[in-house]
Amino acid sequence: MPSVARQLDPSPTTPAALQVDVHDLSFHYGARPVLDGVSMQARAGELVGLVGPNGAGKSTLIRLVAGLLAPASGQVRLAGLDPHAAPRRAVARVCALVPQEPQVVWPFTVREMVMLGRAPHQGLLAIAERFDRGAVEGALAACDLTELADRRLDELSGGERRRVFFARALAQEPRVLLLDEPTAFLDLAHQAAVMEMARVAADGGLCVLAVLHDLNLAASACDRLVVLSHGKPVADGPPDLVLTAERVAAVWGLPIWRGRNGATGSPVVLPAAKPGGSGSPTDS
Amino acid sequence: MKRARPLRIGLVLALGLLVVVASVLLSCALGPQPISIRAALAGVDPDRAILLHLRLPRAILAALVGASLATAGAALQAMLRNPLADPFVLGVSGGAALGGSLVLLAAEAASQLFHAGGFLGGAPPVALGAVLGAVGATALVFALGRVGGRLVPQSALLVGVIFNAFVIGVIGVLKILVRPEQGARLLYWLEGTIGYESSTTITVGGCFIGASVLALVALSARLNLLALGDEEAASLGVEVTRSRAAVFFAASAATGAAVSLAGMVGFVGLIVPHLVRAVTGPDHRLLVPASALFGAAFLVLADTGARMAFLWIGTEPPVGALTALIGGPVFLWMLRRSTRKA
Repeated sequence: MPSVARQLDPSPTTPAALQVDVHDLSFHYGARPVLDGVSMQARAGELVGLVGPNGAGKSTLIRLVAGLLAPASGQVRLAGLDPHAAPRRAVARVCALVPQEPQVVWPFTVREMVMLGRAPHQGLLAIAERFDRGAVEGALAACDLTELADRRLDELSGGERRRVFFARALAQEPRVLLLDEPTAFLDLAHQAAVMEMARVAADGGLCVLAVLHDLNLAASACDRLVVLSHGKPVADGPPDLVLTAERVAAVWGLPIWRGRNGATGSPVVLPAAKPGGSGSPTDS
Repeated sequence: MKRARPLRIGLVLALGLLVVVASVLLSCALGPQPISIRAALAGVDPDRAILLHLRLPRAILAALVGASLATAGAALQAMLRNPLADPFVLGVSGGAALGGSLVLLAAEAASQLFHAGGFLGGAPPVALGAVLGAVGATALVFALGRVGGRLVPQSALLVGVIFNAFVIGVIGVLKILVRPEQGARLLYWLEGTIGYESSTTITVGGCFIGASVLALVALSARLNLLALGDEEAASLGVEVTRSRAAVFFAASAATGAAVSLAGMVGFVGLIVPHLVRAVTGPDHRLLVPASALFGAAFLVLADTGARMAFLWIGTEPPVGALTALIGGPVFLWMLRRSTRKA
């Protein structure tokens, strides 16, 4: 569960180190613009949710931050590096990416897969040293995988498998953790478990940037939300201020009811109309 | 299932080495003319001559070809993220055969025009042609197997199969352009025959294959990451384009050298890594060297089997026919299993 310490100390007074600095970033696939002048920042110890409708450019932004795509214009700084120009190994030492829906072709065991996260710190033949094993066992424990460590990946459920890729990212010992829809296709308990792991990682000093589709999950877990719409950021701030009924209705294009989670106090947004009921999903 | 601990790595590789030595010894002992290895070692002729000049070079040749094809298969499977990849199925062997055949044809033309094609028709130029052909075929298959910038394994396999059919057609045309006995030699070579090569050819081929296999062993930790897919590999610190090119080149070179020595021996690169992976797991740092050793043993035994099976009618099929007889059904079985799982 979210640590008590965090609730007692909601905002550190001295700003933590800037880890992700995106400035006026644009990108297009062929002629189709995907991102158009995006600027945003994320600091160490922060869990930032990237939300927006399908096709808003969230996953593209994550991949630009990871250096997997080249920006058309603008700059990305990732822990002081230019992630597209720097050697991949240097980038992989400061930034880990948990992929959206990793395919498992080869029957690696859980421990073998998590050990692959050590690759950017290892030599040619990736011989595991004691500190590599320590990082792997720590990551396995953090993701509650110690019991499953010798099981093969193809024997695990989707939720367990997602935890394995999260553990691999932790074993990488990055400063920035990028999550691309970490909760997609998971049941409620596994969604909560993944967000809890992200929360713990951020509290441990990592800068965590997560693409999320479930606004309520994002609102309850994240320190800050960045809303992307048609490749542009339209809001950036604490969930409570960002997820107003008007803004959600305008960006997602349907009437919205906004309430509050009685247990946590975080905002809750839901469609205001019943499916098939009054009115089509038009702008409010 | 626990595996890939250091002790296990040593155990698997030591066992592989033992199996290679045992199969080479068996291959040396068996043949149309029964010989005694003890007598041969004591220097008694003709046992000694048969062992040193026929059986041993042939067993070493089979071991080299088997090692290179199995290693190339393991590497290509990692790159294609598909256990059905094999240098033969992917058309890499076909490209090597085409390259080698073109050099042979050029040598033939040169000898007819200038009465001086001897050098060009020798083993090193044919091997070079085969390696270039293999590299070209790999580049073609992996370029045409891309859909929207992403490699689609099924497409690449299809391109490889079609390319093979195309190569067989081209070689069919090339064959009628040369003298009949040359054409027959070409076909005999392409069928996949472990024959009797000169010790120079075996030494040169051996160095080349050894270098390619060692390169793939050196790349094996990166193969583990590349086998996860391009983006995951990149986010784990791999320079994907550069590493992939290195793997392709080493695997193509190994295949080209194997084809120049023994023609198109199919399915070794499919069967051997599959069986080895079942024991070692998918860690390429163990899978690649173990595939080299067990691939060597496999082809030595297959060649011995082909030689002995038809002894009673006084002939022997090319070893490529035997590996295809085993490999075809295994491929279909693996294909059915993989589609049922998906």
